[in-house]
Amino acid sequence: MNPPLDKDAAQAAAQAAAKKARDGRNIALGLGLVAFVILVFVVTLVRLGGNVAHPH
Amino acid sequence: MSKTLAMTPETVSVDTTETARWQDYFQLMKPRVMSLVVFTGLTGLLAARAPIHPFLGAIAVLCIAVGAGASGALNMWYDADIDRQMRRTRGRPVPSGKVKGEEAAALGVVLGLLSVMFLGFAINWFAAGLLAFTIVFYAVVYTMWLKRWTAQNIVIGGLAGALPPAIGWAAATGHAPLNAWLMVAIIFFWTPPHFWALSLYVTTDYAKAGVPMLPVVKGAKETRKQILIYSLILIPICLSPVLTGLGGPLYLAVAALGGAVFLILAARVFASKAGDAADPRVADRALYDVTEDEKAAGSKAARNLFAFSILYLFALFAALLGEAVTGLHPLELLK
Repeated sequence: MNPPLDKDAAQAAAQAAAKKARDGRNIALGLGLVAFVILVFVVTLVRLGGNVAHPH
Repeated sequence: MSKTLAMTPETVSVDTTETARWQDYFQLMKPRVMSLVVFTGLTGLLAARAPIHPFLGAIAVLCIAVGAGASGALNMWYDADIDRQMRRTRGRPVPSGKVKGEEAAALGVVLGLLSVMFLGFAINWFAAGLLAFTIVFYAVVYTMWLKRWTAQNIVIGGLAGALPPAIGWAAATGHAPLNAWLMVAIIFFWTPPHFWALSLYVTTDYAKAGVPMLPVVKGAKETRKQILIYSLILIPICLSPVLTGLGGPLYLAVAALGGAVFLILAARVFASKAGDAADPRVADRALYDVTEDEKAAGSKAARNLFAFSILYLFALFAALLGEAVTGLHPLELLK
């Protein structure tokens, strides 16, 4: 049987796990937003490019 | 939702949603369903054989995928009470307590709006309108209404899962002709035998959750009959793209051979006693003289049909996709 963890150590471990998960969520959200901005930029270029090439 | 992590001798109370990883949010979007939607949407886009900038084509498929993910998140939010009671779904992020229901709902609404608006601005508003209809139909009409109300839930609700090829076609051309709707019809009529085969061996779970799936409401025998009827309707529909010029020789071979196997497996399910042992409508089990061997054979027949139905749909769309990419067409054979 494992020795019992004391409450402070368990709390610290839980907080560390929560922070790690939060950091992961923030990074994923940040990368998603950057990807979205890049997609909008490239879509604008592609659509604008077509209209510049064939203005009428 | 909070749970208590068991720590001895004292306990530490931790909100489990604080430890939710980004992967848990991704799971809300039902990635396996998304992959099927991407595949059928891409097939519709390429089968249209219309010139579209590759980057814009990729954006269209991305929007279809994100829209499907939004539907999945809204479904997981609303159906958490059902999911909690079924073995197959109780590990999902909301019923397991990893993600709050309101977060799933918010994710679904935001991604739904984003996918529709982006598809409209980047590609065209007809495709965006079809995508919006698909999301609302799945999340509201199917999830909130049909699923809990009628045994025909997956028949009517199947329309939402069937529409991606038409959205892809509309993205490429700005309209959706007969051939696009034939692809929709294939998935629409494929859905009932596919899901009812599954429901025949998870009947007790659906009954426990109070979901009126056909085997729960009408019984296993009626379900097996309906599977056969829908299979008999499905196969001619799968062959029809050959007549309209959508499918070529490769598609014809896949549709005919696969269709024959599909019908054989559906007939085996019809002849089996799949689902009888778990039929919740019959209190007197003795009425159903189902031996353990028959139960195992029936379950196997249903599992075989379920597994093959996935392969068949994949093969049909892979054939259409392959012919569209290589330019293979039935008319070229006739020349």
